[in-house]
Amino acid sequence: MKVRPFEDVVTRHGATVLRVCRAVVGPIDAEDAWSETFLSALRAYPDLPTDANVEAWLVTIAHRRALDVARARSRRPIPTDTLPERADPDADPAARDPDLWAALQRLPDKQRHAVAYHHLAGLPFAEIAVILGNSPTAARRAAADGIKTLRKHWKGDERS
Amino acid sequence: MTGNIFDFSERDGDATLERLHDRLTAAAETAGLLDVAYRTLETPVGTLLLAATPVGLVRVAFDVEGHDAVLNRLADTLSPRILRSPARLDTAAHQIDEYFAKRRTDFDVPVDLSLTDGFRRSVIQHLCDISYGTRESYAQVAAAVGHPRAMRAVGTACAHNPLPVVIPCHRVVRSDGSTGQYVGGAGAKSALLELEAA
Repeated sequence: MKVRPFEDVVTRHGATVLRVCRAVVGPIDAEDAWSETFLSALRAYPDLPTDANVEAWLVTIAHRRALDVARARSRRPIPTDTLPERADPDADPAARDPDLWAALQRLPDKQRHAVAYHHLAGLPFAEIAVILGNSPTAARRAAADGIKTLRKHWKGDERS
Repeated sequence: MTGNIFDFSERDGDATLERLHDRLTAAAETAGLLDVAYRTLETPVGTLLLAATPVGLVRVAFDVEGHDAVLNRLADTLSPRILRSPARLDTAAHQIDEYFAKRRTDFDVPVDLSLTDGFRRSVIQHLCDISYGTRESYAQVAAAVGHPRAMRAVGTACAHNPLPVVIPCHRVVRSDGSTGQYVGGAGAKSALLELEAA
């Protein structure tokens, strides 16, 4: 199998990676995390084995970038009197469902990561365990615990 | 309580992704990671694919060649670091527009001939000397590159011209005056020759 143009990778996986970034670092830092993820991926792309799982590879990169973003955020002062710009509500699920994204941010890291990588990126727990450095069983439990907490705290789940 | 609680987020804003895509191509260009930039251009002979390396315009392709197939081959032969990024191709696109509007008779853009070499490259380089509105036969081109009997090979070289329209392989015709074959189809070749003759 031959390697495809990187444009195909962005087209095919851009939306998923954006959702993962929103879930993991929150809507405000998500676009920075997305940009850094794809720039890192572009740099490494020629060396990617042709039989690699591209989505798992991207999520792995996004995970590392998310850790960087989280570290940077913990070092910078938290603004208390400014609100993030309000994006187009149709374009940004975070704007439509702020409760869920806020609830995600309150989950412990392992649970939030496991939920994002399984329920948003669709990765199997074996792959997630590699990214998180735990076992598939632990990854599955973290995702289940995360979803349980989200269902408890997220009012929006009562709709529809 | 059944179903995926993230179902609502299946559709992300195209505008957001488009903006992020632009940001990525700009960052890639700055970081020296944009090995091949491409865009498409609507013309009277169909949609052309234009691709450029940092050196210059490296490929022009007609619809009939299959743009996806062409990009896949570029990923294979040049680099897979390929992004849709019109900025690098602004000048080439503008000049091709002018050519079809009969406001330009030759192209002044840097080209990258790395997709061709050997005999074919010497043919391609000779093609650049055939002026707007004039024609040469395959035999004349063969003689000009020093292989007077290599008419068939000249035909093959023209068929593999990486930069049709910009490098005028359409100006090479049969000795009997008929237009002959063309990478963009015989109709496109006639259209280009008629444009230049008008």
